[in-house]
Amino acid sequence: MVDQDLRSTALEAVHESLGATFTDFAGWRMPVRYDSDLAEHRAVRESAGLFDLSHMGEIHLRGPQAAEALDHALSGKLSAMSVGRAKYSLLLTEQGGVIDDLIVYRLAEDHFLVVANASNAEVDAREITARAAGFDVEVDDASARTALLAVQGPASEQILLDLLSAADSGVAGLGDEDITSMKYYRVAEGTYRGAPLLVARTGYTGEDGFELYVGDEHAEELWAALTAAGAERLVPCGLACRDTLRLEAGMPLYGHELGRDLLPAQAGMARVVALSSKGDFVGRAGIEAASTEGLPVLVGLVAEGRRAARAGSAVRDGEGREIGAVTSGALSPTLGHPIAMAYIDPSASEAGTELVVDVRGKDLPVRVVEMPFYRRG
Amino acid sequence: MEMSADLLYSKDHEWVRVESDGVAVIGVTDFAAEQLGDVVYVDLPEVDDAITSGTEMGEIESTKSVSDLFSPIDGTVTEVNQAVVDAPELVNSSPFEEGWLLKASFEALPEGLLSAEEYKALTQS
Repeated sequence: MVDQDLRSTALEAVHESLGATFTDFAGWRMPVRYDSDLAEHRAVRESAGLFDLSHMGEIHLRGPQAAEALDHALSGKLSAMSVGRAKYSLLLTEQGGVIDDLIVYRLAEDHFLVVANASNAEVDAREITARAAGFDVEVDDASARTALLAVQGPASEQILLDLLSAADSGVAGLGDEDITSMKYYRVAEGTYRGAPLLVARTGYTGEDGFELYVGDEHAEELWAALTAAGAERLVPCGLACRDTLRLEAGMPLYGHELGRDLLPAQAGMARVVALSSKGDFVGRAGIEAASTEGLPVLVGLVAEGRRAARAGSAVRDGEGREIGAVTSGALSPTLGHPIAMAYIDPSASEAGTELVVDVRGKDLPVRVVEMPFYRRG
Repeated sequence: MEMSADLLYSKDHEWVRVESDGVAVIGVTDFAAEQLGDVVYVDLPEVDDAITSGTEMGEIESTKSVSDLFSPIDGTVTEVNQAVVDAPELVNSSPFEEGWLLKASFEALPEGLLSAEEYKALTQS
């Protein structure tokens, strides 16, 4: 494995000491598992998992026209966000294709934080900077100096409260109330050892959880503090279980369910594009000009047994005609049967439709279902 | 890495344990199990199937991927481990004992099977 060209997060030494198996993810040397994918997946569903997501991108926009700049640059109406909210949005091409899917936090009237997928962080920063030109706003790509730790699972809130109540926790500006009253898709600011700390109730697992943003220089200490606060309730989790968790939760993965050659509506994301509530933005013309009729649409598929369909597997209808392909698939650890996402001909996309997936030459009967496959609580 | 000195190994990370009467027990090694991750499914040949050294005889599927299972010997399948079919995770928890995959009768072992030391050297290269 060629390690030397890969980037490392600030937590690499921690992962090494925990015996992590590493993988190359978007040019980063990331922990794929520490022990067992299934054990880590279950920990998130039943208790809590701790993830290092520092490879992701963090792009700050600060200035009197930050909101307008984002309205222009992204698909959503970011200017309508209240301070302290988070919003899922898309960065589109002029033709309406998806360059990346993002979470945007509004930290102040004139301060937004855009969080990008690791594989697109550089492209996103370049595009957003270019699109923000002409607006009174400063774009600051802080990706290289920002660490992101995620605590995900039903025990997350209590673990964060235990972190806050620890002697010399290092956390200031955030009290118990800020955590217990924080609704999903909200964000709050405090400090950690005097440096900015963001705590957001967001995540990519379908469970309750928090994402903590802090400078790289504090990452190891914060990881250790969370580990101590979580004790046996908190398990380090790698990227392998992150993928099976988000799949169960029906969440798309860029490069699989989203891409430049796919329109948001195909992925069921027409509502993420604010056509009626704002003026012009990059991608508007493309979306308005495009007809989605007949274009493949994203569906969920379930099967019996234990053999999973994988990305690239052909999907066929009852007559044996190829009507699409799987984009993501796995044996669902929580549900115990295969689940998959696929783009298929819209005529076959109604829930309940029986189809077949080619799994290495064998036919796997599948059924179209509404996503998500799993819902918490 | 647990290993047994009386086993022979293939380049494809299978182990072979000869029982006294021309019957070999076959499984995959600790190293293979670790590379695979959590095993969720094993696709094994059936009793009376012929198996051929170096040829694919089944599949082992983990959470992330599917790997071909290659036969380390020429022979005929005499028994399949139902326990591992029912609980594929045995491959991870006990690759050399409870996670054995199948038994096969054979006439002669092929050249090229590795000793414990040779296999260990292979996995460390």
